[in-house]
Amino acid sequence: MLEYVEKIKETAGKLFKEGKVDVFIGYKKGSVPMMNQPVLISNADQVDLLYWDSNCGLNLCNYLTKRTDRIGIVANGCNSRNIVTHITENQISRDQLYIVGIPCKGMIDHRAVQRAVKQKEILAIEEHGESFTVKGKDFEDTFNKNDYLQRNCSVCTHRNPVIFDEMIAPPVEEQDGVDAYKDVKQIEEMDPEKKWDFFTRMIDKCIRCYACRNACPLCYCPTCFVDESKPQWVGKSSDPIDTMTFHILRAYHCAGRCTDCGACERVCPVGIPIRQFTKKLNKDAQELFSWEAGLTLDQRPLLDVFRPDDYNDFIR
Amino acid sequence: MTKKIYTKEEWIKALAGLKSSYNIFVPVKDGDFHTFKALDETKIPDFNFQNTRLSPKSLIYPQSERIFEYNLDKDAPDANIIKESEKDYSPRAIVGIRPCDAHAFQIVKPNFDNPEYQDPWWIQRYESTTFVGLGCNDPGSTCFCTSVGGGPFSEKGLDALLYDLGDTFLVKALTDKGETFLNQAQGGKEADETALKAGEDLAAKAADKIEQKVSIDRLKGKVQTELFDAPFWDEVAFACINCGICTYLCPTCWCFDIQDEVLEKQGDRIRNWDSCMFPLFTLHGSGHNPRAKKVQRVRQRFMHKLKYYVDKYNNGVQCSGCGRCVRNCPANIDIREVCKMMNGYRDNVEC
Repeated sequence: MLEYVEKIKETAGKLFKEGKVDVFIGYKKGSVPMMNQPVLISNADQVDLLYWDSNCGLNLCNYLTKRTDRIGIVANGCNSRNIVTHITENQISRDQLYIVGIPCKGMIDHRAVQRAVKQKEILAIEEHGESFTVKGKDFEDTFNKNDYLQRNCSVCTHRNPVIFDEMIAPPVEEQDGVDAYKDVKQIEEMDPEKKWDFFTRMIDKCIRCYACRNACPLCYCPTCFVDESKPQWVGKSSDPIDTMTFHILRAYHCAGRCTDCGACERVCPVGIPIRQFTKKLNKDAQELFSWEAGLTLDQRPLLDVFRPDDYNDFIR
Repeated sequence: MTKKIYTKEEWIKALAGLKSSYNIFVPVKDGDFHTFKALDETKIPDFNFQNTRLSPKSLIYPQSERIFEYNLDKDAPDANIIKESEKDYSPRAIVGIRPCDAHAFQIVKPNFDNPEYQDPWWIQRYESTTFVGLGCNDPGSTCFCTSVGGGPFSEKGLDALLYDLGDTFLVKALTDKGETFLNQAQGGKEADETALKAGEDLAAKAADKIEQKVSIDRLKGKVQTELFDAPFWDEVAFACINCGICTYLCPTCWCFDIQDEVLEKQGDRIRNWDSCMFPLFTLHGSGHNPRAKKVQRVRQRFMHKLKYYVDKYNNGVQCSGCGRCVRNCPANIDIREVCKMMNGYRDNVEC
């Protein structure tokens, strides 16, 4: 995806020159390998900072919430779906945005790569199309990118942006035949005690840093329920029940809204597979309501509509 | 002071033997990373690591600590009387702590133990602990301990220091506490000149391997208010998602919040780590928040570490150069770069 870089710079430069945007949000190359940084630029002289490769894992939609200026923004499939969600939830207006669509072939799972090199320190990474090479002090390894995609990217069926003002390149082929919910089905088959045990062990390393919440573009509440003090819904100590309450409630707040962008899982400092919570709700939304979040501006989000003619009895 | 040499197997056996006198914490591989855990029959110490993902700060200063408790039952004789919770201050040892993390306890000490305030829990836990360091043969690319007063074999804050010589550990006692620890350790033999020389060479080589140089020399001379109003904070803060990774992984972040938790008639007063990255950190009872904006919180973190601490304690910066925040920040906010901006700010202007 490195071939996009020049095109992104050119497009951002053009937008500033034509006066179409006040700022442009993209990524710049990070100071450590496999870690790019979201960046906001405010004039054409800064476009050379812009960068794109398979390490752009934070969701840029996070940086749009309640902005009042005209913004150019790069968006791949999942980020574009979050932009749709943001627009339908009134967090930003479509008129303010110039969306530069990026056909995406997935992000690299930095943890899987670290595991593959036995946790040795990676000093550099180079991408060459379908493969990438990592280098350290006394090693160099080349991997097939498809074998090291972030787990959400390996089951993604919306790699191309669903909303854009211009595309940086022709669309990429969508993946078909993926079973996005294989792991969820395994959990569904467990009895309640086993499920509880599974999730308890899954989050036992959680340090309540809230990186998962803060990396999530859906988590824009002015005050999160865990931060409320009157009344205080959740204890602030590292008690496992409070930690579980946080994770489960947060997941429910994302029901029918999550685009499975994977940012929560990517940022977790202790490697918790947090998507196991949200994926179950995505699966339910899809199976019960044929709903996938953020695909169109024409429909209200799944859980904020009431129709008197709803075909479900329980809701009438 | 005692200087001994152990084969690696002997050293692990010696640690097992020391369990009767100390509660011993060692690095253990736990999934993708290493963590300090109490040594028991189920744990295998693994000294082959760069550094633990989480710093060992929680061993002295737990993330959540019950400090007081009380009984809300009106009929009980001790109704509403607050009592100190029982604590365990029996001897403990952290074995394999990296020199940066040991140095970090020295950096935070003036906060918990100064003429004005003495934090009884931090002090007692700190004093009951023996710190047995493990020198870094191969410091990481994000390590910058040598820029902030430490080094890969720095003895600051350590009671004993281990040198990994390949098949053997050379271990040197540095304080009386370390001497007591080593005197109780079974096995090993007195280190000869060759081993001592090998240790020295290792330390010299390791220091040369640290390529990162972060200048901090001009921070003290800067005017606080000018740094506070510097134009770069918006740029620094933009990508920040205001999570607590940097502060919770940091060995020198010390801020806490005190909460009461009540279950039926039992009340606990708990001290929890807090983070200046969280909006709640500075929320007043009135509803006013002096640091309501992200940029204010990001600025606070760096100003505290690299300016307020410097000015208040005259003890360098509040950073031991471990590089955890650099490696683990999801938004790639890099303290080395921020320090450079602060240290170089308005250098050409006469103050």
